[in-house]
Amino acid sequence: MNNANHADPYAGERLLTSHFHPRQSAFNLRDSWGAWNGYKFANHYYDAVHEYFCIRNTCGTYDICPMQKYHITGTDAERMLNRLVTRDVTRLKVNRVTYAVWCTDDGRVVDDGTIFRFSDTHFQLTSGSPCKDWLQMSAFGYSDVTITDKTHDIAALSLQGPTSCSVLKQLGLDGIETVKPFEIRQYPFHGRTLTVSRTGFTGDLGYELWIEPDLAVTMWDALYDAGSDYGIHPYGEEATNMARLEAGFIMPGMEFNESLKTVHYRHDHSPFELNLDWLVDFRKPHFNGRNALLREQKSGPPYRLCKLDIDGNRPATGAYIYADRRCRKQAGYVTSAMWSPTCKANIALAMIRTDYLDRPLWAEIYYEKELRQYQKVVQSTIREKPFWMPDRTRATPPPDF
Amino acid sequence: MKKYDAIIIGAGHNGLTNAAYLAKAGLDVLVVEKNDYIGGAAVSRELEPGWIYSNCSYVCSMMRQSIHRDLDLARHGLLLVPYLATVNFGDNGETLVGYHEEEAAHLELKRHSPNDADAMHRFQADLARYSQLIRKTLLRTPPDPASYRPRDIMELLFLAKQFWKLGEREIYEYIRFFTMSAAEFLEDYFENELIKGAMASPGVIGTALGVYSPGSAYILLHHVMGDVDGNIGAWGLARGGMGAISQALASALREHGGAIRTNVGVEQLLVRDGQAKGVVLESGEELHADIVVSNLDAKRTFTQIVDRDDLPPGIYEKARNFKIRGSSGKVNIALSGTPKFNGVPDNRYVSHCAQGFAGSLETMERAYDCWKRGRWSDDPFIESIIPSDWDPTVAPPGKHWMSNFIQYCPATLADGPWTPEKREQFGKTVIDKIERYSPGFKDLIVHMEVRTPHEIENEVGLTEGNIFQGELTIDQLLFNRPFPGYSQYRMPIKNLYMCGSSTHPGGGVSSACGANAAREILMDLKRKNTVPVDDFYDE
Repeated sequence: MNNANHADPYAGERLLTSHFHPRQSAFNLRDSWGAWNGYKFANHYYDAVHEYFCIRNTCGTYDICPMQKYHITGTDAERMLNRLVTRDVTRLKVNRVTYAVWCTDDGRVVDDGTIFRFSDTHFQLTSGSPCKDWLQMSAFGYSDVTITDKTHDIAALSLQGPTSCSVLKQLGLDGIETVKPFEIRQYPFHGRTLTVSRTGFTGDLGYELWIEPDLAVTMWDALYDAGSDYGIHPYGEEATNMARLEAGFIMPGMEFNESLKTVHYRHDHSPFELNLDWLVDFRKPHFNGRNALLREQKSGPPYRLCKLDIDGNRPATGAYIYADRRCRKQAGYVTSAMWSPTCKANIALAMIRTDYLDRPLWAEIYYEKELRQYQKVVQSTIREKPFWMPDRTRATPPPDF
Repeated sequence: MKKYDAIIIGAGHNGLTNAAYLAKAGLDVLVVEKNDYIGGAAVSRELEPGWIYSNCSYVCSMMRQSIHRDLDLARHGLLLVPYLATVNFGDNGETLVGYHEEEAAHLELKRHSPNDADAMHRFQADLARYSQLIRKTLLRTPPDPASYRPRDIMELLFLAKQFWKLGEREIYEYIRFFTMSAAEFLEDYFENELIKGAMASPGVIGTALGVYSPGSAYILLHHVMGDVDGNIGAWGLARGGMGAISQALASALREHGGAIRTNVGVEQLLVRDGQAKGVVLESGEELHADIVVSNLDAKRTFTQIVDRDDLPPGIYEKARNFKIRGSSGKVNIALSGTPKFNGVPDNRYVSHCAQGFAGSLETMERAYDCWKRGRWSDDPFIESIIPSDWDPTVAPPGKHWMSNFIQYCPATLADGPWTPEKREQFGKTVIDKIERYSPGFKDLIVHMEVRTPHEIENEVGLTEGNIFQGELTIDQLLFNRPFPGYSQYRMPIKNLYMCGSSTHPGGGVSSACGANAAREILMDLKRKNTVPVDDFYDE
């Protein structure tokens, strides 16, 4: 079937492979692949928990090639972005990164992502899902702004964990320890440029590496050589999801439904509902959703995304939250839940009705034991701080693991 | 003169746990420690610059998760990392990899014996059923079967209920199991010698029993009933070495207002009018307290720091005859590189893990024969792990250290007392054996710490170097631990309590003994209980 004379009849069904696929596929001992934006993407490589512990104990790499990367250039790029997102982009300095959300005119979240500023007129916006069409619409009326989808033209790899800085030092990146959180720095690499940003999605010390695709495998090999004594290992979606939940980070499709894809009224979310008030800057000029968000700021959001510490050790996956032990008054629902191996706690993110926030909360948890279904109701406590955010995440220079 | 609410003797992990829970309840507590470092047998020490050994205990699976959570030990710096596999070496150099992943583990067993590969499912289900019952008792005070107090009757009923839940056939099997040897138990499942040897090894670790000695089946269970995040049978490493557990507990203790004094050995328990009143330190200094809690083993407590005249009749004799026999040694080795083992593929899941040099049941029994004759084993069983393969903080990058637990090694030798020369010979026996499986191993050695029972007794304070603070045989378990009638942490002298592994549920870095004792003390003081109930994955 696959010989030279016949084209692959399933070519249309097959997924794209990432620039790091030649190396990553060798690690994927269980062929556990999922998909992300049309790319073959590892759920886990061998053992998701082991990969999770690489993030917390040594370091690991996570493929962010499938993440959308748009380069936005031109003299109007800053104004266009500033109108797009709720944060003040004019305050973003060159070689810095910021986390942002962008909303519809109704103040509902389209997506979240990061904005990199390479120069006065050159930005990069990353997002989990494609949004070229929304960006194009947002650029309407600006004369000098160009939006280019660079997703496949940049090979990007996230390196996260306590030994990550040491690995990059070992790789020869001089002064990497002076790079501050959300800072960008460029290094020469095989005659070209390796861009490093101190960013990530794990709540731990970590970096993201950006390089031209033809150097992807070369960079991988150099990185894995440098990291061989520092426990480097690839990690997949399951480990990422564990780490980001401990850090209290939101995931599209779990904590929020992208507004432009939402059918049912108000099944999307505002930044206030997602507890992202700190991302909304009313001091800057008009931006998408400003009026609606001003109104919501006054009235208060109906729901609030909360961090829950739940009794017992059965993850509250898909659980309803109640304001009474008898489960009569529904107060909300769990969006993500897990047992945290680091905190040794049963943690969750949950959307809670704001009028129930100051009441005792109960989670109704269903679980299975050897095919038999069980149910229990346990107390849940709202936590203000992330479940896990060690000092090393923010420290410059970071401590030696 | 200052009077504490409670003084805890010994800053081992159970002493620190006990103190933390008393402090949490608002008591003014002081932990006194004879060494200049805390942790007892849960320590990390840098004897060679750059290398941090877990000098005694080296892996962890018993640590009560509810205590870890309740005292917020993660915030106090504790991270337990599970490791993935153990390679077991046979007598003739053959290997059996105990993979963490189910499918890989089954395929590997099948390579040795298709029958045993299938039997493993039955074996693990049976062990899980047995361990379920024991696990439920860990954070509970054993009932006194001779008492008619409602509390004891309720607790006995609880145990009986758990027991009945096993079903008729399993009740018979369970009783049989408690008195069986590990070897006999395994014969019910397996045919392959290497598999039996590998599976039997947890049945003798830390105990002066052989694989054919009755009672060793329970020891096996004691070693596999722990868990890491609910994966029963899994083992974890404490990041930073086992001392990280003690440091986290100490940090929690201090946060609750408790204090620790190091370099203060206790000479004697102060007793007046039949009540414990404090301690006399080796320096002669007296410290006063309403309550004294001994984290020392039962033998040391009642034959060394308590005046015999202060004890009711019979207790001294019970303590003297308490079964606490030294049977193991520990050799910690700093290495300049990664050792390579014969027949082990160079992949991170297998070569970077633990090693078991058990051989076969016969080799294990012969190793025990040497102990009976007052010699260390010529061909010892060694359980090893290279923590630096997992933990970046315990050796310089590219360098490693190997923890070796050695069985058997007697506390007293037939040919006279331990000497530095004999200790060196013992260490040589160990590295000679490893070298057989890892040619070139000796060339990698940078530093060695060799600990026979003699060192473990004198440096750590465990009588005869027994790692469990007393054998885990049925005559010394549950309501018989340490002595019948004294299993509820209250000792024969009023206001004296025990909180170490000599009490229920026994050895292992579990924090359970210390926490259970704290709950009893708080009950006597009519204070609010601060000790959490256990949470069970198998609830």
